[in-house]
Amino acid sequence: MTWFSSPTDAAARLGDAGYLADTATATTAYLAGALEKPLLLEGPAGVGKTELAKAVARATGAGLVRLQCYEGLDEARALYEWNYSKQLLRIQTARGADGAAPDWDATHDDIFTEEFLLTRPLLTAIRRDEPTVLLIDEVDKTDVEVEGLLLEVLSDFQVTIPELGTVVATRKPLVVLTSNAARELSEALKRRCLYLHLDYPDAEREREIVAAQVPDLDDAVARQLVATVVRLRELELKKAPSIAESIDWARTLVALEVRELDQAAISATLGAVLKHATDHDRAVRELRLRA
Amino acid sequence: MPPAPPPPGPPPREPAGSAVRSGLIDRHIAFVEALRGAGLPVSLAEGLDATAALRRLDWTDRSAVRAGYAATLVKKAGQRTTFDTLFDLFFPHLVGEGLATLDPAAEDPAAGRALDPSRDNAEAVAAFRERLATTLADALAAEAGERSEHSDGDAAPPGDDLARLAAEAVGRFGAMPGRTAGQTAYSAYQTLRRLAPGELTDRVVAGLLGDLDTDAMDPAARERAERSVARGVGRFTRLVEDDARRRIAERKSPEYVADVAVRPSIDRLAFTAARREDLEEMRRQVAPLARRLATRLAKQRAAQRGGPLDFRRTVRASMSTGGVPIRTLHRPRRPHRTDLVVLCDVSGSVAHFAQFTLLLTYALRENLGRLRAFTFVDRTTEVTHVLRPGRDPAEVMEELVASTQHAALVGRTSYGAALHSFRSQYGDALGPASSLLVLGDARSNYSDLALDDLRAMTSGIRAAWWLNPEHPRHWDSGDSAASRYAAVVPMVECRNLVQLEEFVQRVL
Repeated sequence: MTWFSSPTDAAARLGDAGYLADTATATTAYLAGALEKPLLLEGPAGVGKTELAKAVARATGAGLVRLQCYEGLDEARALYEWNYSKQLLRIQTARGADGAAPDWDATHDDIFTEEFLLTRPLLTAIRRDEPTVLLIDEVDKTDVEVEGLLLEVLSDFQVTIPELGTVVATRKPLVVLTSNAARELSEALKRRCLYLHLDYPDAEREREIVAAQVPDLDDAVARQLVATVVRLRELELKKAPSIAESIDWARTLVALEVRELDQAAISATLGAVLKHATDHDRAVRELRLRA
Repeated sequence: MPPAPPPPGPPPREPAGSAVRSGLIDRHIAFVEALRGAGLPVSLAEGLDATAALRRLDWTDRSAVRAGYAATLVKKAGQRTTFDTLFDLFFPHLVGEGLATLDPAAEDPAAGRALDPSRDNAEAVAAFRERLATTLADALAAEAGERSEHSDGDAAPPGDDLARLAAEAVGRFGAMPGRTAGQTAYSAYQTLRRLAPGELTDRVVAGLLGDLDTDAMDPAARERAERSVARGVGRFTRLVEDDARRRIAERKSPEYVADVAVRPSIDRLAFTAARREDLEEMRRQVAPLARRLATRLAKQRAAQRGGPLDFRRTVRASMSTGGVPIRTLHRPRRPHRTDLVVLCDVSGSVAHFAQFTLLLTYALRENLGRLRAFTFVDRTTEVTHVLRPGRDPAEVMEELVASTQHAALVGRTSYGAALHSFRSQYGDALGPASSLLVLGDARSNYSDLALDDLRAMTSGIRAAWWLNPEHPRHWDSGDSAASRYAAVVPMVECRNLVQLEEFVQRVL
């Protein structure tokens, strides 16, 4: 199956799915589908990396399989695992039935079958027959060994299980990896991926995104909001507000029924955008707000 | 925008009887070569990926081609600027003047008629500045969304107007006679000097504010307008520089310009060669860099296993394997933390480097036991109180700069005097558990080096390093006493962020 027919098609269908993609994003998403290569998304938190993967799944009607990475993630959690307790149970019940222990070969053939296999996200995504988007979220949080594991999966779309043989993908999933760049990923992994750095959008695009996500917000207020957020990003803050924060802020303003984003309104709701005390102080000083 | 045909140059020699070569592959290969030359690690496989991607894309859509190349070749956000500059060189958005529709007087500059006096005199400059001011004001107003109702939907995006204007400016005011007769050279410097876009700021601000511009108005609004105009002028400056590079690349070759005129990416840029905006960009890199280093350090520590056996967790884990302890679990080791004493030269040229390193160590303080920082020019003063936790880095930076005046008596760098005053005043800062880090170029104005003081300071402590922001080939040149200090304290070259990162990872 083809995922998108052209970059324009990608932009249009992602737009229908509620994700406003710029040229670079749409082109890269199209290429990821056309070249069947994994797509590595990097960028600050809250610019819509995970959301892009979800939007691709929605736009193409594919199922989404998600692997959330964390420190200490291992093969057993990412790929597959044998259901030990069920296997033990199986051996014990077999013995219980006729008193004598069954012969080893039969037991062996019996307990290493599909029934006792627990598939984890990577194997699940490879074995699915329907179109699948595999989202590997926050890949920078894992250990380096897991990256090695991903290499086999991402380049050949196959998994080798010693007892069962090699499982090859019947239908290659579209793989999206996201990273906050907490550590540098290995060159080997990067080489296999298409790379896209998602950054804060320009003011006009951000206004469109806010308007699409929070349709109740007054257009004039939306403009003021975006202008303020752009200004805040220029300050040297610990955590600059991203799109997610803009949208939160817009929702806050709608909930409070704010019609005019003046200084009082900004200082009252600044907590929705800035999450550090020092950032807060700095913004109050630089924007000349009365705290 | 339509793609440009390959720029005029020596036509590729075609082997007789072969199919017509488009030159596209040659250009692609030259582009990849130039990226490698600029320090981007583009592998053969990635080059092939790029060609595969381009076959799926529309060659007439320049932004798609750019996105395709970027997705397959650039795998680090910091390299994007370098990539964009080179892309503009190898795949320029227009060739020559490219302005025939806008400026009917434009003629082929290669014929030397660009120097026609009617196109380039004081009046022309004045008229052009007028147009520049209007275009800037329009572009900024459209950006702010305030006058969007005035412009009709068919108008080109304002950024394009500015780019076209920049190209025209270089063609008209940046042209100079070349080395040989009939040739024209272009200079961004001359263009900008003659147009002086910076001096237009006030006028554009007034234009932007319009009738609102009275004394009673909100000062914040005025400040906002000034800031946006400054940004617009900056953009125009960059466009002019880009266009001059493009024209030079047409005349010589993209490879030539790539070699001489493309700046290294921010993490490879030498501290001492950084411009003002580079310094700001670098400062923004400090926090992410510290975060990356902290994660890596935490991982390294976690990897050093071998603490005492954790019996409880081992038994607990054996449950899933039917009571057989297949995997043993261990208690984590008690982490070792370094007590760091940083001694920074904050005089003139090395001040930036010292401040960065200080900011970085400060950002990493969670991984350190205790951190004490001292600055000096010819006298040592303690700045540890400036580095209080939870402070805003910009403020810290300002205070560090301000502290320089306490660090100078005479104002000429003297390592000898500084080391001596450190030892007599703060000698107790160094103990058996602490490590000393000296930051400076070891240029001591031929004064006493106080090697004995340094030797006394470094004896009986855990470790000592000296970071020098100069290239080793400059060590010992002039008044540099690098090798004499290096005999006492191991000296490490640290010219850019990459080297700084490597050092911190190695020693912490």
